[in-house]
Amino acid sequence: MDNLLRFRDDEAHDEPAVSIDAFLGQSNATSVRIEAGEDARQLIPFLDRLALVEIDFPRFRDGRGYSSARILREAGYKGEIRASGDVLVDQMLFMRRCGFDSFAPAAPIDEAALEAALARFDYVYQNAADDAVPVWKLRHG
Amino acid sequence: MYRYDQYDQAIVDARVEEFREQTARRIAGAMNDDQFKPLRLKNGLYLQLHAYMLRVAIPYGTLDGRQMRKLADIARRYDRGYGHFTTRQNLQYNWIKLEEAPDILAELATVEMHAIQTSGESIRNLSADQYAGAAADEICDPRPWAELLRQATTFHPEFSYLPRKFKIAVIAAQEDRAALRWHDFALRIVKNDVGEQGFEVYAGGGMGRTPIIAYQIREFLPFAQIFSYLQAVLRVWNTHARRDNIHKQRMKILVHELGEEEFRRQVEEGFQHFLTLQTDFPQAEYDRIAAYFAPPPFETGPSAEIDRSDPEFALWVDRQTVAHKAPGYAIVNISLKPITGIPGDISAEQMDIVADLAERYSFDEIRATHAQNLVLPHVRKADLHALWQVLDAAGLASVNLDLVTDIIACPGLDYCSLANARSIPLAQKIAARFADMDRQLELGELKIKISGCINACGHHHAGHIGILGVDRKGTENYQLLLGGSGAEDTSQAKITGPGFDEDGVVDALEKATNVYLRERQPGERFLDTYRRVGMDPFKEAIYG
Repeated sequence: MDNLLRFRDDEAHDEPAVSIDAFLGQSNATSVRIEAGEDARQLIPFLDRLALVEIDFPRFRDGRGYSSARILREAGYKGEIRASGDVLVDQMLFMRRCGFDSFAPAAPIDEAALEAALARFDYVYQNAADDAVPVWKLRHG
Repeated sequence: MYRYDQYDQAIVDARVEEFREQTARRIAGAMNDDQFKPLRLKNGLYLQLHAYMLRVAIPYGTLDGRQMRKLADIARRYDRGYGHFTTRQNLQYNWIKLEEAPDILAELATVEMHAIQTSGESIRNLSADQYAGAAADEICDPRPWAELLRQATTFHPEFSYLPRKFKIAVIAAQEDRAALRWHDFALRIVKNDVGEQGFEVYAGGGMGRTPIIAYQIREFLPFAQIFSYLQAVLRVWNTHARRDNIHKQRMKILVHELGEEEFRRQVEEGFQHFLTLQTDFPQAEYDRIAAYFAPPPFETGPSAEIDRSDPEFALWVDRQTVAHKAPGYAIVNISLKPITGIPGDISAEQMDIVADLAERYSFDEIRATHAQNLVLPHVRKADLHALWQVLDAAGLASVNLDLVTDIIACPGLDYCSLANARSIPLAQKIAARFADMDRQLELGELKIKISGCINACGHHHAGHIGILGVDRKGTENYQLLLGGSGAEDTSQAKITGPGFDEDGVVDALEKATNVYLRERQPGERFLDTYRRVGMDPFKEAIYG
């Protein structure tokens, strides 16, 4: 995985991800892959067994994966969530905000452009899966 | 009206720099157009037939003189000296150069404006009642909620790559001036049984090729829970909608496929979940925003007398002004539909004049309407004559609000890369045919809406008389529709029958108005007569 970018301190999990169907079929896998259109909520009963959830983006305009990541974070999942596939620099800020903390883009990402993109906005308007403080909170303490 | 604080300004400024950098990467070839397209669309930039078009957001249709003057300045410096008000209360420039677009956005940011999420598959700029804060029939000003939702939906990280566009409207009156139920998500502020204010919520509406009128998904939603509820709706749609056919991805299609009950059930389930996340904005933030929308300092007891000795002025007053909640004041409608003009177009000079008039006579407030006109919401009746004289000299005193020549028309094939037929010349032909003032008044309220393709930007589904331009074996052809409404009596117009060429559809439309004049009963509008007598007499007159 040449293009892997991680925003975590732990070691990269290298067990190959299995499909949701295989996982739910009583597998002992610790790594699952969610295809676009699959319901991330199916994993909620098993989150403490999982170390890596990979969420695929077949096209960068397909935004289903953003909801999948947030659903897992809202359920308390602390393991790695990796965006794979058609992942481009201009979408990665919102992916980070939705709880993705690693990226396996099909094409390499320019690191300077990524750094600029992730640092672009000092303020956000709403809570998400990251720890950014929304401006309404800054306004009212 | 709302003013940016340091946070709003920093967010918009950062957006300008982000787009400047993205545009530079595109021009340098570091990004292909497929990758760039959704980014420029989320900044309002379309590629049209002849040039780039920039759609500037006018949140909930409210702007001030300083902003209008900046729009004029941009029209002069970066476009061809005019702009076009749209059916979503926005303003479009038609002749933009890609390399100048970041500079224009920077200019807009200096007056607290932007083009964020005015197109693309995102939560679009909100629309609202153009008489908000002035209307005698509203229960409160809906704009604080519109502004709160503007912030809540700006750069929402989960809902920025949606299946399709998502349009929201907010009103607080019985009379619907915002085409509420033609939106994906629509809010009407109401009082419940115990006198508390909250939202009546509609979902799943939209025009386009599959017109659907939104259904009431919730009778009453407490104000404080609106963001949770909206996110629940968006998540159901974002996770379940098809992604394989762009024509089947609007939320209305999902609602239709799941059924209203099942969609509501899933939303309610998600809503209970979102409430636990505590993402709703606190009361203090609503109060902060609402303070900006406090009523202006209306004088007590200004004269309500209007000198009607000039008949032309009296005619204008009767048609273009509307009752205001404050005694001695009126709401003024400025027509952007002169008989030979282009519906919604306004020159830079006219923009400057409207800005001056707003500052002088209307507490520095201007509104854009979905019918492509402008409003000065708070004018003393004693000032109406002086204001009218300035409007008249500027070509802005047409008398036709809601009359046959107050035509909504999309840009059509003169500009738009999606269009099948021209809309503007047809609107001009109809206006010329019915130009006579007495005839217009005789016909009364008659809303004509023209779209140059099935995407329905000209709201033809909601026209008392709608016209849809199609391509028929390489020539422009126009279908005539009757009986639509975008008001509180929402209905979808029906096609009369086979289409016509440009002159033929004007003739057919005139025949339809003749049926109305023949069949109407006292007090009936065109729409009322159509609803009572049905399609047959009209068909007979048009095709018989």
